[in-house]
This record gives sequence, C-alpha cells and structure tokens, in this order.
Amino acid sequence: MKLLTLNFLTCAIKSCKSTPASFPLHPRDAELEIVEADLNILFLKNILPRLMWDELRVIGSELGLPELPSTPPTREDLVEPSTTAIAAPTSDGTRDAGEEEEEEIPTQTAKDLHRVLLETCIKEGKLVCGNCGHEYKVLEGVANFLLPGHLV
Amino acid sequence: MPDYLVRLVQMHESFRKAELQALADVAGIKIEFVRYDEDSPFCIIRLPSDSAAKTVISRGILSQGIYELWGQGSTYDELHASVKEISQPRWKKYEQTPFRFTLDGYRGTKSQAEQRTVIESFSYLNFQGPIRMRDADATFRVFEDYDTHALTPKYLYLGRFVASSGRDAKTTYDLKKRHYISTTSMDAELALLTANIALAAPGKLFYDPFMGTGGFPLACSHFGTIVCGSDIDGRSIRGTGGSARKGQTGKMDVNGNFKQYGLESRYLGAFISDLTNTPLRILQHSNMAGDGYLDGIVCDPPYGIREGLKVLGSREKLNVEERETHLNRFQESTYIPPKRPYSFTAILDDILAFAAATLVEEGRLSMWMPTANDEDIELAIPTHPCLEIVSVCVQPFNKWSRRLLTYRRLSGSQIPPGALDMVKKEYEKGVKADDLNDFRRKYFQGFKEFERLRQETDTPEKLDDTKGISGKWREKSTSG
Repeated sequence: MKLLTLNFLTCAIKSCKSTPASFPLHPRDAELEIVEADLNILFLKNILPRLMWDELRVIGSELGLPELPSTPPTREDLVEPSTTAIAAPTSDGTRDAGEEEEEEIPTQTAKDLHRVLLETCIKEGKLVCGNCGHEYKVLEGVANFLLPGHLV
Repeated sequence: MPDYLVRLVQMHESFRKAELQALADVAGIKIEFVRYDEDSPFCIIRLPSDSAAKTVISRGILSQGIYELWGQGSTYDELHASVKEISQPRWKKYEQTPFRFTLDGYRGTKSQAEQRTVIESFSYLNFQGPIRMRDADATFRVFEDYDTHALTPKYLYLGRFVASSGRDAKTTYDLKKRHYISTTSMDAELALLTANIALAAPGKLFYDPFMGTGGFPLACSHFGTIVCGSDIDGRSIRGTGGSARKGQTGKMDVNGNFKQYGLESRYLGAFISDLTNTPLRILQHSNMAGDGYLDGIVCDPPYGIREGLKVLGSREKLNVEERETHLNRFQESTYIPPKRPYSFTAILDDILAFAAATLVEEGRLSMWMPTANDEDIELAIPTHPCLEIVSVCVQPFNKWSRRLLTYRRLSGSQIPPGALDMVKKEYEKGVKADDLNDFRRKYFQGFKEFERLRQETDTPEKLDDTKGISGKWREKSTSG
C-alpha cells in the first residue's frame, strides 16, 4: 500500500473514530519498498489540499523518511515557474486534461512529494491506533482492518 | 452550435444518453440533445465544435463515432434537399480533398450495385479529390435507418466523419484476456461505462469498497484516475499462487491485473475492510460539505446470491465466555473474524451515508443494484439528503434487472436545513440471509409472483424498456 492511503485511514473501531488520537495510524515494524511510478502533477495538485500535512509529517518521521517541510507546499510550488507563466491556473483540474497545454515541469518539491506519497509502499508491518492501541497487520502490502469478534 | 450525429451501438440502450451527458460533463463541454430515441442507434446532438465532438466521443463506450450532420430526411429526395440546404457552404472546403463515401444501414442492407447508385446520387457535391478507401482525409457516410423487416429505410442521414469512439477499450479489458478474475467480475464494457458515468478522469481519486478482483478500479484507472479499493475478503485482493487458465503460472492478484495493462502507477493499493466498520476517515457531521476527499465511488455491492452479503459481527450476540475466547485468540495468525449476513437495503443506505461523508462536492457515486422485474417486489431506489440522483440505467435480464444508480454529492448550501435529521430506518431483522435480503429470497423462489402476474395479465410484452423503474423515476426515464 502506498503511503498516501495512510492519509485517509483511521482506526476501524467506531468509538475510536471520534477521538483525534485515532488518526493517523502509526506504522510499526514496517518494511518499506520503493515502487517507481509515473509522476502525475495533476493528481498531486488535486490531492494537495486534501492532505493532512501535520499527520503526514508524523508518519514520515516515524518511518525514518527524510523530514517533510513544516508547512505544506502550495500548488505553485509543484511546477517550475518559467514554462507555466502563461498557463492558466485550473481550479478544479477537470478541464485541462484534453487541452493543449505546455508540458508542466515538476519541481524538486513535487518529485519529493511524489516519492513519499506514491512511490513509498508499506510491504509488511503493523498499523497501530494511537487511541486504543489496536494493531492492524499489513501482509504482502495489504492491510487488514477486519475487527475481531469482541470489538464489533 | 453545429449539429452532430452520433452513431451509437444498439445495446444497453438506457445507458447511452447518460454516458454522452457524462462525457460532456467530464470535459466541461455544453451538450444539447436534439434527437434521441431508445430504438435507434442514431442520435443528434449539438456541440460547440469538431474538437469538442472529438473530446466527447473519444472516451465513449456505447458509441462508434461522431459525424458532422450534413443532411437528413425520410426519403432520398428529402435528404438531398436537406444536404443542399444545410451543408452547401461546406462543399467547397472538400473539393480537392482525398475522400471516401460509404453506406451504413441499421436493420437493413443494400447490395453493392444499389449502394453505388446511392453514392453516385450525391455527385452534385462536386468532389474532385481522389477516392481513397484507406486513409482518406474526409469520410462521408450515408446512414439508413430501417424498421424491422422493412424494405425501404424510414430515415436517412448524411454525415462527415469527425472522430471514432473509445469502444476499443472494451476489447482491451475483455475479461477473457484478463489474468485474474472471479465469479462475479463485472463485464469490461459495463465497468468502463460505469467509470465514464461516474466521471473518472485524470487527477481524480476513486475508491471501490467492494473491489473483489479490482475490475472497477481498473476501468477507472484506464481513464487516468488514481484508484484504491477494499474488500471484506482479503483472498480476492492478495490472489492465489496459480491460475486455472492454461499457460498461466505464478501469482495472480489485483496488482498483477494493473501490471497487465501497465496501470500500476495509478493504483494506490487495497486493504481488507468491511464498509460498516470502515477504517476510512469519516466526517462526524456529514452536513459539513467540503471535507470530503474522494472524487468518486464506484461499486457493485454483493447481492447475496452469487456473492454472500456479510459484514463483521456474529449472528447471535456473544456471551462473556465467547468474548473472552475472541479476546484471547484474535492475535493468532489463524484467527478469522466472525461475519454475519446483513440486510441488503441497509447496506445500500450505508453506502449512501459513506458516500455523503467522503465525497468532495460534485463527487459521484455510481453503484449497481439488482431488482425484480415486478413492481410489487421491486426494491426502491435508496436516497440520501446530501446526494442527488443523476441517472438510473437499467440492464434487464429475464426475471430481474440490475440498475446503475448514479448520485452527485451536493454542496452544503444545496442541502435543505433539517434534511439530515433523519429518522432511524427500520431494516429487515433476522439472522438468516433470506430474512435479511428480500431480493435473494425472491430470486431463489424463481420470482414466482412475477410469473403468476405475467400469466394473469397474459400480455407477455407488457414490460417495456422502463422495466425495473417505478415511481417518479419511471416518469423521468420515459419522458427523457
């Protein structure tokens, strides 16, 4: 599972969900793997406002990844300015797919973000809830969030 | 805006208009339907330009191509008159262009000699360019629409070819050639169609809570979407060590499917979970729009027939001793969490509530749901105050149908105040699958009531193409 998914995952136990400590889940004994993927600027731009940045930094530091900047990058930080001076900013990202726009050149910021969110995968390990301490196992890159009988 | 003729395919009729509308929506292009008929593969729409027409149709699954309309009429005389009236200013442009002229008949054919006569009758267009049957720069096509067994066509069109559709994807993603599928994998054509209607597009994030072997996420990623999914059965995600298919060895899993089509970059991964105990972030107050993070949700929830409808939990409430056993054993590697059958109407409402809490504004939910072809035992279309129904498409089978329901997430201001103070709904109670799932019970009883009703009324073809829809949706679909 790519690290970006952790940005959306909390503890599955209902009583935990309402407490802030249930997010993010903390990776433990994690075996990481880098799977190369095509850099997708449009997606990065769209997903940027939906990232929980502080929590993402926590996950990053717990995994021993290079530290992320303390403030989230803006959409403008993702593309090299020189080539896109004339390109109109898109607010929803749905329109520019088919249009003939100049190829956008990703900045180092975009490359770094891409590396962390979409190329770093958890292969094996555990995800632990910060509230109840329940451990969710990750096997072959697939996390198991099924709750045992006594917790449903 | 000029008129364009879309050559549709004559199948999955009730999906066609919804697809064209969705394709225009996803590209942000204004579309106007001039003529559309469920019984005809020819649809006339109004679009701003050739390039808009190309953009719209290039992703189309239920169409073959789009043509600039040069004329129409119910006889050849009328067609010629119409061509002279509408398209005369355009003739000059193609005077020297290498071109070809062909004929396309629906429910009727013409012999080679007759076709030639028809084509020659357009000689007044005065095209001087060389005729090239291959790689022509301009392709003109005469369309003939016949009634069944009729000898002469009832309507005719002349069009200039603009662009062909994306229907080839249906062959690329054909289940017969996919490495890893299961018993309930969705047909590639319908999965791609679902992705289109849900507005899958580059840069978006889609999720499938009942992914199985990942057919829907795969279809969505074909259109550039980043996808993830989950399933209560981890075996379907992780896959198996081998394949029953001849010549295929090695591990087969969802990841492998994405690799097969070169789409791994768009696959975020999957996890094992149950929708009623989802690990995904859920807003505590679903009236607060704008906090969603999914652009789309596509799914085909288990109907409880070929795939059991189960959620976490036990049939009977656990006593102290049993709870103790679970507590002591759950960390063992062989531990399997207990599951129980669940109400079908409840899971549909759960999906809607989940969608309302996780979709961004204007995000879409497209889900399949089965129903009997008989109004008395038909399942109602579920609703949610935060979601507006966009389209209802029906795939009829013999005694039952399934519908593709598509919803749009409303923005906070569009939701009437107080609409969210919902009364807690009553669902079927019981511990057995049959008690909980009306559709399942009727299915295994062979839809006897349906048969009985049909015999009583003795009008075998009473059900028209609106079957499976009732109430205000029926009105909507017949008028539209």
